[in-house]
Amino acid sequence: MQQHRHITAGEWDTLAARPEFLKLVRARRRFVVPATIVFVAYYFALPLLVGFDPSLMSRPVLGPLTLAFCFALSQFAMAWILLALYLWRARSFDVEAALVAKHEREELRK
Amino acid sequence: MTQPSLVMFGVFLGITLVVTYWASGQSQTSRGFYTAHRRIGGIQNGWAIAGDYMSAASFLGITGLVAFYGFDGFMYSVGWLVAYLTVLFLVAEPMRNTGKYTVGDVISFRLHGRGVRAIAALSTLVITIFYMIAQMVGSGALVTLLLPQFGSVAAIVFVGVAMLVYVLFGGMLATTWVQIIKAGLLLVTAFLLSALVMAKFGFSMGHFLGAAAAVNVDGATRNLLQPGLLYKGPNGALDLISLGLALVLGTAGLPHILMRFYTVPSAKAARTSVAWAMVLIGLFYITTLFMGLGAATLVGQEHIGKRIYSGGAISYINQHPQQSQQLNGELTRNGFIVPERNSNLTAPLLAQSLGGPLLTAFVVAVAFATILAVVAGLTIAASTAFAHDVWWNLVRNAKGTESENLYVARISALAVGALAILLSIALRGQNVAFLVGLAFAVAASANVPAIVLALTWRRFSRSGAIAGMLGGLISSIALIAVSPVTMGAHAIFPLENPGLVSIPIGFIGAIAGTLLAPDRGAQEMFDQLQVRAHTGIGAEV
Repeated sequence: MQQHRHITAGEWDTLAARPEFLKLVRARRRFVVPATIVFVAYYFALPLLVGFDPSLMSRPVLGPLTLAFCFALSQFAMAWILLALYLWRARSFDVEAALVAKHEREELRK
Repeated sequence: MTQPSLVMFGVFLGITLVVTYWASGQSQTSRGFYTAHRRIGGIQNGWAIAGDYMSAASFLGITGLVAFYGFDGFMYSVGWLVAYLTVLFLVAEPMRNTGKYTVGDVISFRLHGRGVRAIAALSTLVITIFYMIAQMVGSGALVTLLLPQFGSVAAIVFVGVAMLVYVLFGGMLATTWVQIIKAGLLLVTAFLLSALVMAKFGFSMGHFLGAAAAVNVDGATRNLLQPGLLYKGPNGALDLISLGLALVLGTAGLPHILMRFYTVPSAKAARTSVAWAMVLIGLFYITTLFMGLGAATLVGQEHIGKRIYSGGAISYINQHPQQSQQLNGELTRNGFIVPERNSNLTAPLLAQSLGGPLLTAFVVAVAFATILAVVAGLTIAASTAFAHDVWWNLVRNAKGTESENLYVARISALAVGALAILLSIALRGQNVAFLVGLAFAVAASANVPAIVLALTWRRFSRSGAIAGMLGGLISSIALIAVSPVTMGAHAIFPLENPGLVSIPIGFIGAIAGTLLAPDRGAQEMFDQLQVRAHTGIGAEV
């Protein structure tokens, strides 16, 4: 089993101050915070609308398919689209993370 | 119907036992036992998460709810899929990078102290044992209804013993492969049933939806595409929102799901596994529409109810007159309890009308395999929490030996299994559907605030974690105890799901505890936690 070298508190602080790490944290936050707000708002719009305006949501819009049902099905699309966006953005997170890890391996272990 | 069902289930059992035998050689260390040496691939883990998540409550429960309540039943499917965005964005990768074996590892990474870990372990044990009892009592009910000659005690003991064989001998590796096999079987079944339903409608979506919009129930026409068939009345809207909140947040606090992220080699693989799980689970939940609405239109709601009474259920109802009264009387009033019990056979009955006895037997065997696999996943999560959090960290102060560790893990799996068997036998025939709701509510109220704040809020302190977890745990259990689910019409708390109140209590407790008792040491470790969480440096291998 591979064992990690002990990293001291000072070294962690050094890593946390690396520009590529700060960039990574900011980039993650820039994606995760808005994406979370979007999915929470989009998801809760469904029970809120169904609960408080049932007559609007009972209206058939696609053949017999009601507005509520179309909205519910669109939640699947929403979840999969946000998943795809995250996977796409995460590739650049991995690049930054690898840079920080490289610094730890090559500079701090000397 | 009995024999083909037993034969097919026997084949599943045979294959999974071979897998267990193969896995047993690689489960001889605690790391192998708890995490399968972190060598499960991302895609495999995605299938295993899907297997862990698509429980009997999903397959039998949601199909039945959609058959009876159309849109309102489908709300479960929507919530349970969207829930994975919380897991994907906030929990999966940091969890893999900062923890070792349990939920308690992540929360107590910088919030040292025995209290935090003890309460984290307690909430894991509460969630998993409640969830497990619901599944096992469900298997007992399924067997009583379909194969009355066996009886529910035999079914519960059988599920308990078979699951213990997987867990004790094959550890996480066997449990993982049992989930993967079962997820494949369940998806095949769901797609097959959906295709057969659509074939009945000439593969015309218009005909299918048209029929679902005009289902005959007791002489009246009901539109299953309309909302409000289940959640109606003065509290309908709040019930729906409270349920939605618990569904969306609860998943990110379920120990048996979170623990799966420790079985993969890296955070990147954890991400891949959530992606696969979201695709598989989403596809499965879409089929609940075809299965549920198909059953409502092709089998008929009255028929689903009647079959239950005329089949093996007669003996069951004779033994439990109280429930039969509920089954007959309160069909629509008390949404969550009665219809679940009543409509649990929707999927097998749909199979019967579409493909005859052989297909029914297959569906019943798959349903039983589903229960077995989910219970195994829960047991390994519970026993890890006990062995690693309670025994290794609290009792032995992280100083035990490797062989002792593994021994304790196996003993606690045995104890958890035995406890679940005994409790399930004691509660058989009782209404335990609410236990799954309770498990989700506790996960959302006790675990999620602590996990999310531990990973993201620099000032979060020990006292905050303890106050949040205890507040969420106690309030969700107390509110369920006085809710309509347990007290019926005399309920003190009006909502069926406590989430709307207990989740805010969990968060407020966590924030208040932090502000009242700050924790300088925990703040100093926040940078380290962030570096670990986002880069994977120092992660367990």
